[in-house]
Amino acid sequence: MLEAGFFYLFAGLAVLSGAGVVLVRNTMYSVLWLIFCFFNSAGLFFLLDAEFIGIVLILIYVGAVMVLFMFVIMMLEVNREKYKEMSLQYLPAGAMIAIILLIEFIGASASGVFNTETIAAVGHLGKDVNNTVEIGKILYTQYLLGFEIAAIILLVALVGAIVLTLRTRKDAKYQNMTKQVKTRREDRVRKVRLES
Amino acid sequence: MAWSDVGLTTLLWVLEILAIAVPVALSVAYITYAERRVIGWVQVRKGCNRVGPHGLLQPLADGLKLFLKETIIPTNSNKLLFVAAPVIALIPALVAFAVVPFGETTFFNVWETTHTMAIADLNVGILYIMAISSLSIYGILIGGWASNSKYALIGAVRATCQMISYEIAMGFALVCVLMLSGSMNLSAIVHAQDGGFWHWYIIPLFPMFLVYFISGCAETGRTPFDLIEGEAELVAGHMVEYSGMWFATFSLAEYGALILISLMTSILFLGGWNAPIPALDFIPGTIWLLAKTSFFIFVFIWIRATFPRYRYDQMMRLGWKVFLPWTLAWIAVLGIFTYTPFLSDIIGYYQPWRP
Amino acid sequence: MQMIKRAFKTWLLWELVIGLSLTGRYMFRKKITVEYPEQRTPLSPRFRGLHALRRYDSGEERCIACKLCEVVCPALAIVIESKERQDGSRRTTRYDIDLTKCIYCGLCQEACPVDAIVETQEFEYATETRDALYYTKEMLLDVGDRLEAQITANLKADERYR
Repeated sequence: MLEAGFFYLFAGLAVLSGAGVVLVRNTMYSVLWLIFCFFNSAGLFFLLDAEFIGIVLILIYVGAVMVLFMFVIMMLEVNREKYKEMSLQYLPAGAMIAIILLIEFIGASASGVFNTETIAAVGHLGKDVNNTVEIGKILYTQYLLGFEIAAIILLVALVGAIVLTLRTRKDAKYQNMTKQVKTRREDRVRKVRLES
Repeated sequence: MAWSDVGLTTLLWVLEILAIAVPVALSVAYITYAERRVIGWVQVRKGCNRVGPHGLLQPLADGLKLFLKETIIPTNSNKLLFVAAPVIALIPALVAFAVVPFGETTFFNVWETTHTMAIADLNVGILYIMAISSLSIYGILIGGWASNSKYALIGAVRATCQMISYEIAMGFALVCVLMLSGSMNLSAIVHAQDGGFWHWYIIPLFPMFLVYFISGCAETGRTPFDLIEGEAELVAGHMVEYSGMWFATFSLAEYGALILISLMTSILFLGGWNAPIPALDFIPGTIWLLAKTSFFIFVFIWIRATFPRYRYDQMMRLGWKVFLPWTLAWIAVLGIFTYTPFLSDIIGYYQPWRP
Repeated sequence: MQMIKRAFKTWLLWELVIGLSLTGRYMFRKKITVEYPEQRTPLSPRFRGLHALRRYDSGEERCIACKLCEVVCPALAIVIESKERQDGSRRTTRYDIDLTKCIYCGLCQEACPVDAIVETQEFEYATETRDALYYTKEMLLDVGDRLEAQITANLKADERYR
């Protein structure tokens, strides 16, 4: 009973905050709604005893990704009027995606794959199964290849981003900090004997 | 479950939370006092000794003063977020204490089994702490943005860059601890270091201990890394526009994070509530833990009294070019040690998960 | 060898340890704080604090209304009005010093031919209003009466250097 109550609480708040992300005018508030949405999704994972996924969701998405989102949005100059026109301009495309998604959802739920009979019942494995350990085991044995490929793709993206944005200006002076740190007193200070 | 049981459980929880939140708030107040005294001593001064005996009532006087001061909300700020930001900063700083185990007790032999003295003894305690402490950025970021001031904004951006950079090094240092303990549960990590200081992780992981502590310094924005609020160029960083109680809330969050980092350092690297020599076990574990924590808090203050502030690019270099490779290398070394036949016997001494 | 030594120093944060030990030693030094209301630093006899108008031992006020101090005052803080007294001597009817204007340069004291206006070692005369810092002749004479012993002692101590 309590569990169902919490499920509806988290799910309802997640849907509400999802709507908030789209409907709110101020972009900063959108980001905050999105963060709230992630928290509720994490709550849903906790209800499933999947504490690892729940925490990682908060750690990665709220703790890192959304910070960068907010970072970018803080720097933007939001032009409200222009923003209004733009939102109307993209309405047809958005509506189309929404309709396609709706059809997909209906199709998926009607296909019978997601029936309560065919899906294994969600059980509470509780404290007997440490799902961090289980995820680790399966990730580094069965799905090792996929895991490594994902890692390499991310690494390539990282390096690519750096290569694209890194610019060294020739007319600016840079300090070589390693050299600065390594400098000792003897390298710089010299005792000079002056004839009186 | 009857309603009376629910009520009783709730009451117990409230009591548990109060038992941690109130001492944390009090110790924050007295850390500010200790900071002023210790920095005074280092500078051959006496520090505050006017209010009450040895100035012990000074934090209360300061609190009262801040409480009575006017809170100024800038006209062009985003008022809702401006008011919310200090609270958003404070919540993670307090919530993170939920998983910290303060010791083990049988409640004066009333209980048959020992219980861990934590509000929630989570299986993923370390991840929880990482996740929650990474949320503390939001208060600063939102506060800086909502103030609608250039200093606050630049301060917030700096703080974010710094915290994200050092969180990575910190995370890798924690991975090293996990590789030895084989568990993310904080009390299990303490138990992995049972039995004297030669079992403590500071010995095999000394460089990681340094990295963790220094990163913690950067994460909380303490002095060598306090260029978040570098007075010379940013006045007070994200806190420029804040005054009165809201300002105090920000520093409450900051000092709460300071306590948390000290607690975590002593739990992860100094054996938590274990005595350095088994013969000293008669002293309760909680006292050992708090003693270690106080020592680290003292070191934080000591560092503040000693070192000048980093330059921004130097700080970034330290995080990305020194700590990150160093921690990664140490992970690799630990991995090699763990799976090389002869070396594994050495490191196996610290790995209780080994059969 | 030098390089290994240097690497060890770097990674063990040796220089930071040296810095910490220095501040650690200072932590136990004797403190130099002067806890002001209870302890005070010694004041020079030439200290320039609150002004005072002096009297002769007979009780006659020293000031002869020559107005040299009024002229020399760079901050124009002194206002003097004078009149002939019944016995034919010239005396002040008004001698005001606005302490909010005064810069405590001590020139009035230097200018005075009869050592009437002096600056005392008194420095704790903060008030809650600005009005109270406008010292009239009576107030200045009062200060002089109160601190005569101190003033004489200080003038005597400083005499041989003049």
